[in-house]
Amino acid sequence: MSAQFIAQNLIFGVLTGSLYGLGAAGLSLVFGVLRVLNVAHGELIMLGGYASFWLFASYGLDPFASLLLTTPLMFVIGLGLHQGLFTHVETLDEDMRIKNSLLIGFGLTLALHNLAIRLWTADERAVTTAYSGAVIAAGGLVFPVVRVAALVIAFGAIALVHLMLRATYVGQAIRATAEDWEAAMLMGIDVRRTYLIAFALGSALAGVAGTLVSVGYSINPSIGLEWTLKALIVVVLAGLGSMPGTFLGGLLLGLAESVSALLLGGTYREVVALVIFVLVLMFRPQGLFGR
Amino acid sequence: MLEATDLHVSYGDLQALWGMSLRVDDGEIVALIGPNGAGKTTLLRTITGLLRPTSGTVRFDGRALHQERPHHIVDLGIALVPEGRRLFAGMSVLENLMLGAFTARARPRRQETLRGVYEIFPVLAERLGQPAGTLSGGQQQMLAIGRALMARPKILLLDEPSLGLAPVVALRIFEVIRRINADQRVTVLLVEQNVKAALELAHRAYLAQGGRIVGGGTGAELLGDERVKSAYLDFLSVS
Repeated sequence: MSAQFIAQNLIFGVLTGSLYGLGAAGLSLVFGVLRVLNVAHGELIMLGGYASFWLFASYGLDPFASLLLTTPLMFVIGLGLHQGLFTHVETLDEDMRIKNSLLIGFGLTLALHNLAIRLWTADERAVTTAYSGAVIAAGGLVFPVVRVAALVIAFGAIALVHLMLRATYVGQAIRATAEDWEAAMLMGIDVRRTYLIAFALGSALAGVAGTLVSVGYSINPSIGLEWTLKALIVVVLAGLGSMPGTFLGGLLLGLAESVSALLLGGTYREVVALVIFVLVLMFRPQGLFGR
Repeated sequence: MLEATDLHVSYGDLQALWGMSLRVDDGEIVALIGPNGAGKTTLLRTITGLLRPTSGTVRFDGRALHQERPHHIVDLGIALVPEGRRLFAGMSVLENLMLGAFTARARPRRQETLRGVYEIFPVLAERLGQPAGTLSGGQQQMLAIGRALMARPKILLLDEPSLGLAPVVALRIFEVIRRINADQRVTVLLVEQNVKAALELAHRAYLAQGGRIVGGGTGAELLGDERVKSAYLDFLSVS
């Protein structure tokens, strides 16, 4: 195994990991603020991917440009899903809220999965642009252009949300609600509206992730579960409450998968991720960067 | 100014208030004392909209509150310093204070209000960037009161502000409450287990028991009340 080969694998690990981080960011935000575990988060990523795929296939719209449409679209879909489904659990105790949100999420997963098969068939799809095969070569290593762009956009999206949470009134309301929703109410924050916005924001983040997956990788109606799982592992690994921490957690998972593929062979990638999941729960249940 | 009439409030099957009524007039400090389970905290939570009464009314400046949501009630000028302070522990002192001025009523004047809060609690101005959870107990209580003042309340509700504090720190908190009432003309409704200090501070006081008001009068009158004496003062060797 040459050093170059190892380095190349680590690079791919980081590139993939950036999407794990982005995929997890929305889940983490929604869980942290609403105490709703939306297991259909991966399906929202899938929807975002199809939105970009069809905008490209039907109208020739560049996938990165289509983010300007798919992100607001997924935000609106998030508003609808929360108002139609998840809003009904928000008056429950935290414990019951999580359990009931799991049921709603599983139902939503099945519905969206089957809807996608029905509408778009089970075929594997990917957005293939003129520059899809382009690579930047440096020092004997290759950097696929679309995946590097995906990393940059994923980082940008996370940084934007992080700034929004720190520096805007809506962001302060979201953070306060995540810490103590009752105290947030006493500050004059409309907690129900904050829940709605946080959920929609989480969906929009899933949309961005979906677009990046459709262009750098591929999509089909069944990818949701895999992405939900990765996102869950990252949330457990990173802990709640920090967007940069979640992103870093994603990178770490991507790297860990690469390293394990190198050392143990590709078949053990998924196993290693789950082993990390269990180890973190055993030894640092609040996550690496959690409070 | 604030009037609760015949409030009945339940937590599920457990009824906590059985027709509680009290009145707070403009400019007063009113203390509400009584044993654990008397319904004191429940009353404050009902006034601020966190609980809905099954029957009875809460009126503030003539306006019915008992169907309003909490964030509207704060905006009318009622701020609660909740039991256990309930700070946003992971957020900085400044962020906590700014969140106090979240309402439309308070937001435009928040810088001015902030200077006022620094005058009352200079120690907060020295620790603006520090996470609220790392402050000492007394400082946390000051921050909780400061945060409530950021809402520019007409009436300040305080739930056990001296709980868990060293006696000398508790004394300072009571002195601050007196100043807020006297200098800033903020009306105060105080729930306190430090009965003697509360009765000395308050213009009037109510004695609650079993979800009802069972007695009332000026602070001095209640200090001399046999029921209060026998129930509390003999056991409490407080300042």
